[in-house]
Amino acid sequence: MSAAPLLETRGLTKHFASRRGLLSRRRKWVRALDRADLSINRQETLGVVGESGCGKTTLGRAIMRLIQPTSGEVLFEGQDIVPLSNRELRHYRRDMQMVFQSPYSSFNPRFSVMSSITEPLRTHTRLHGEALVSRAHELLEQAGMPGEILYRYPHEFSGGQLQRIAIARALALNPKFIVLDEPTSALDVSVQAQIINLLQKLQREFELTYLFITHDLSVVQHISDRIAVMYLGKVVELSTTEIIFSEPQHPYTQALLASAPSLDPELRRERIILPGGVPDPANPPPGCSFHPRCPMVMPVCSQIEPAFINIGHGHKVACHLVGGEQENPPTV
Amino acid sequence: MLSVEDLYVRFRTYAGVVHAVNGMTFDVRQGEIFGLVGETGCGKTVTGFAVLRMVPSPGEIVRGRINFRGEDLLQKSETEMQSVRGGRIAMIFQDPSTSLNPVFSIGSQVTRVIRQHVSVGQEEARQRALEMFEAVGLPDPAGVLRAYPHELSGGMQQRAMIALALSSGAELLIADEPTTALDVTIQAQILALLTELQEKQGVSILLITHDLAVVAETCHRVGVAYAGDIVEMGEVNDVLQRMKHPYTQGLLAALPRPTQRGRSLQSIEGSVPDGVHLPPGCPFHPRCPQVMDICRMEEPPLFSVGAEEHVAACYLYGQENAA
Repeated sequence: MSAAPLLETRGLTKHFASRRGLLSRRRKWVRALDRADLSINRQETLGVVGESGCGKTTLGRAIMRLIQPTSGEVLFEGQDIVPLSNRELRHYRRDMQMVFQSPYSSFNPRFSVMSSITEPLRTHTRLHGEALVSRAHELLEQAGMPGEILYRYPHEFSGGQLQRIAIARALALNPKFIVLDEPTSALDVSVQAQIINLLQKLQREFELTYLFITHDLSVVQHISDRIAVMYLGKVVELSTTEIIFSEPQHPYTQALLASAPSLDPELRRERIILPGGVPDPANPPPGCSFHPRCPMVMPVCSQIEPAFINIGHGHKVACHLVGGEQENPPTV
Repeated sequence: MLSVEDLYVRFRTYAGVVHAVNGMTFDVRQGEIFGLVGETGCGKTVTGFAVLRMVPSPGEIVRGRINFRGEDLLQKSETEMQSVRGGRIAMIFQDPSTSLNPVFSIGSQVTRVIRQHVSVGQEEARQRALEMFEAVGLPDPAGVLRAYPHELSGGMQQRAMIALALSSGAELLIADEPTTALDVTIQAQILALLTELQEKQGVSILLITHDLAVVAETCHRVGVAYAGDIVEMGEVNDVLQRMKHPYTQGLLAALPRPTQRGRSLQSIEGSVPDGVHLPPGCPFHPRCPQVMDICRMEEPPLFSVGAEEHVAACYLYGQENAA
């Protein structure tokens, strides 16, 4: 992996203000995303998994600059896009697209498929008339929808069909990078399979790079080259899909994998049932934010936040159990 | 203990009559967890509602029998049903936050349900609620009793709902997608709790879900529903490991699995029929890769396939019997 990554985040952080009570002036800050350092290589799929409130959606939106990061950098082909003005960003928006979880709310119900799908083309290119229509046809067909539906409206389609149209729209400007935020979570399994196959086909055909955000472990395992596991605003483990599923190092990753029900009895892992729930992100525990639920908690965990360290071959973990010299000498 | 026989439910809408449930037949036995699994629109939730005679308007139960401990629930009066609902049969739903009333404390909601069904005083009802909270693993039961729904997390709310549902000594729990709105680590907690309730207290559970993996981990027997009817039923291991019906096979092949990485997933052609225009014959025939002539004309009955109790509604397994 000598080539420069397509996209990199350095210390990407987003804090949201949450007011305590209607009239209170005291603001609390929710650290929705805390110092995320990730890199995404060209034509790779980086999966991001985690439970609700872990910051995975915030990560996707901060990268797209749909929300303004509090601090940190987002380098797209080496250029930091965080300080850019909206006007300067327009150039990058062509290369970066997003597909959302709910296809129903991704479309204006009063816009025909034609208006929705050609909006990016009308904004960013000079295409018009015949050329615009034929480009729209082409996009729909790439996404597995017949071109005749151009003048129909969103309510006439099922969720799976709408998601295909949303994907067609994302492809309109020949992007290099697409953030997919739970693109199959609202769909039934047989439709989910169609959409996953479509995304993989398009990736090969157009050399796309994906950031695939999901809570579904079997989906992320199927589609990702590498996986980032998030917990309470932080990336706690990052490695290749094989390593994450065969040798997870962070106790949270281990518990997450063991919690997922499995169809195959021979693949069933020993249950690790974590006590309690995810803490309030406005009031995270000190030290490692996972320590109150961690089955392997040590005294140091409640005091010092573990660093996100590389334990070899790009496998990074934020846990005192790995490489924490003072507590656990590594057993070889 | 519960047997649903030949149940038909339809909804009269402006778009036409929607046939939501079409001849659904299955039973839930004493002390077992029976899974009713299927995709959106297969009639699984409506069946759950029909058991308690709570099908929302404009839906109506057209015919069928719902036997609970030897009594036909469809013959009971509305007053009699009120003591069954939340009394002997309880139901919990996907989203616990919409099942609890936000303006009353958890305690007042639970004690009200208990006093509705059991003749006890306020103090005794409180005690019972505390015991139930303890039994479902809620930390600090006294604190939960005073709390309002918004003060609890999703997993805690679902535990409180289960406590509320079982507080009047229900024998059967209908759980409609009880973990779909929850995170996977919390889902594991709730599924472990349901299994424990079944094992220790002998509660029978009708688990309605879309998630085959949840079925694989928790249920004893399972029925796969499609277009309002069971297409395959049997022991969980038979149905999920040695599936016979082309729909069940398609559903399982569509799931991403570790052994399938890198390959493209199989999907089922077409989409689920809409209930207004059900295809004649086998409802799955327009999407079936192994469709035969007879499938287009006659609806297949359940044929025995392999293991005892393993049945599938498909002519591949009994064409000669059908002729």
